[in-house]
Amino acid sequence: MDRSLYARRRLFNTIAVTASLGATGIGLAWLAVILFGLFWQGFSGLSPKVFTEMTPPPGADGGLLNAITGSLVMTVLGVVIGTPIGLLAGTYMAEYGKHDKLSSVVRFINDILLSAPSIVVGLFIYQILVRPMGHFSALAGAVSLAVLVIPVVVRTTEDMLNLVPNTLREAAVSIGLPRSLMIRNIAYRAALSGIVTGVLLAVARVSGETAPLLFTALNNQFFSSNLNAPMASLPAVIFQFALSPYKDWQKLAWTGALIITLSVLALSIVARALAGSRKAS
Amino acid sequence: MESAGRRSVAELALQQEASLGAQDARERARALDRFRLSDNMFRLLTRSAAIGVLILLGGVMLSLVIGAWPALSEFGLDFVSTQNWNPVTEKFGALAPVYGTLVTSFIAMLLAIPFGLLIAMFLTELCPKFLRRPIGIAIELLAGIPSIIYGIWGLFVLAPFLQVHVQPFLIDTFANVPVLNALFAGPPYGIGILTAGLILAIMVLPFITSISRDVFDSVPPVLKEAAYGLGCSTWEVMRFVVLPYTRVGVIGGVMLGLGRALGETMAVTFVIGNAHKVAASVLAPGTTISATIANEFTEAVGDLYTSSLVALGLILFFITFIVLAAARYMLLRMEQRAG
Repeated sequence: MDRSLYARRRLFNTIAVTASLGATGIGLAWLAVILFGLFWQGFSGLSPKVFTEMTPPPGADGGLLNAITGSLVMTVLGVVIGTPIGLLAGTYMAEYGKHDKLSSVVRFINDILLSAPSIVVGLFIYQILVRPMGHFSALAGAVSLAVLVIPVVVRTTEDMLNLVPNTLREAAVSIGLPRSLMIRNIAYRAALSGIVTGVLLAVARVSGETAPLLFTALNNQFFSSNLNAPMASLPAVIFQFALSPYKDWQKLAWTGALIITLSVLALSIVARALAGSRKAS
Repeated sequence: MESAGRRSVAELALQQEASLGAQDARERARALDRFRLSDNMFRLLTRSAAIGVLILLGGVMLSLVIGAWPALSEFGLDFVSTQNWNPVTEKFGALAPVYGTLVTSFIAMLLAIPFGLLIAMFLTELCPKFLRRPIGIAIELLAGIPSIIYGIWGLFVLAPFLQVHVQPFLIDTFANVPVLNALFAGPPYGIGILTAGLILAIMVLPFITSISRDVFDSVPPVLKEAAYGLGCSTWEVMRFVVLPYTRVGVIGGVMLGLGRALGETMAVTFVIGNAHKVAASVLAPGTTISATIANEFTEAVGDLYTSSLVALGLILFFITFIVLAAARYMLLRMEQRAG
């Protein structure tokens, strides 16, 4: 028996297993380091003021109220615009044209849109909305977010509708339910938690987006509820404040970063729990 | 809606009755017509939404081409081959951002591929069952953190750390090694190409990990059990059974990660340094396509300047489109084999 070959194989295996353990450790450590850094820098700035006052000029006291509301308004609007389109497109692919040419092309294109660079989406909206209108606006920002919402919702809707057992559909159709009513009353209801998960994931994805907002909604030092005017958003304010030389602005940027991260992580955990409970039942 | 559904059942029942008046028959026909109409409407609605997704991508391409046209017709091929970027004289060349995009993504993949595959190996082969889900979720949470968070963290935590502890060490170590001393030359700025590549590596790691884990899981257990039965070690099963079986899927996952790295904007913008220069050293500041657009677009005055930035976007879209399309194609092949 070749002892040296055996020893070498064992050595290789030990190296590989150790490397694999080490890589996992480092991966988890990064997550811990990033979260710890965020808390370390951002937690001390967290006070009620952050949620009740406007973004300050350099050197003054203030909060992030206009940025937070701006983010909320544009995210909600983006999701409201994007979800129906994504839902309907996903419905077509899962219910009507499961195997036809259009669906497979849309599936492919949608997957590309899903990971297309968001800054390119910003340029697109700039070309079709901001330029013709002649000014930056919250509406343009919301539409650019909607463009990012659509592929996520299309994907999850299709996947979730595909999980609905066909016998349910057949039972509904066999008692005389028209197809569109069957989809709305039976298929949607059966896939509801999955579809909600998809929308939540889309919200999580979109609420941290900065790049497409930079030249659609721009930014705003003041509170604005006018959809036709530039509007502040949390990511855009973080971008501006973090790169500024002022210590108090940087501190606010960290606090804003902590708020975004916590809400995004909370959203994805809720989405996961929803999806998990569905699998369990 | 529900009452409408119930009525159709009732009508079916009525159909059986011979004593059906003309009035009822007319009503029934009208109700059925209404159903047919709403059925077709809904189908049309969903179909047009699906076509809308196609139009969306077409619109993105078209708008970029139209916006980029002035710059492309002014500079022609010089646009991609020169590194001049001068808003004052209105001379624009995309070489520096294109170079920066490719190099930062290359560094990211160099680091993220081995780490991602090793973590996926840990999760599928070595990890105790009760730890698999939590660790998998934790790695995926890395993917959920918005890119601006990586940016601010990279700028204030990672860059100073690299500047003080890592970069001087790299410069000293490789000072006398021929090629490497050019690669690791110059003062340690902290920010620069290397830092951007590092941040990108952390960002694409979860994508590569979770896709590799999924394709590793698709290997039929019989194959692995057979190899273990022959006395193969864990590493040998990975290297000679799992990897060859999943090669296409792994490459697909890697390309998907690459697509993300190429287009990533905010994290890179924070730490790249924004210098329109092609430098040999990876410690030098540079720029990427997305960082250039993010930094300069709102400040761009003059049509040619704006158009040049849109042209940069077009190049980026073109590159990522090819990479992502290839990735999807490969993952699709993998799925077909598994299914």
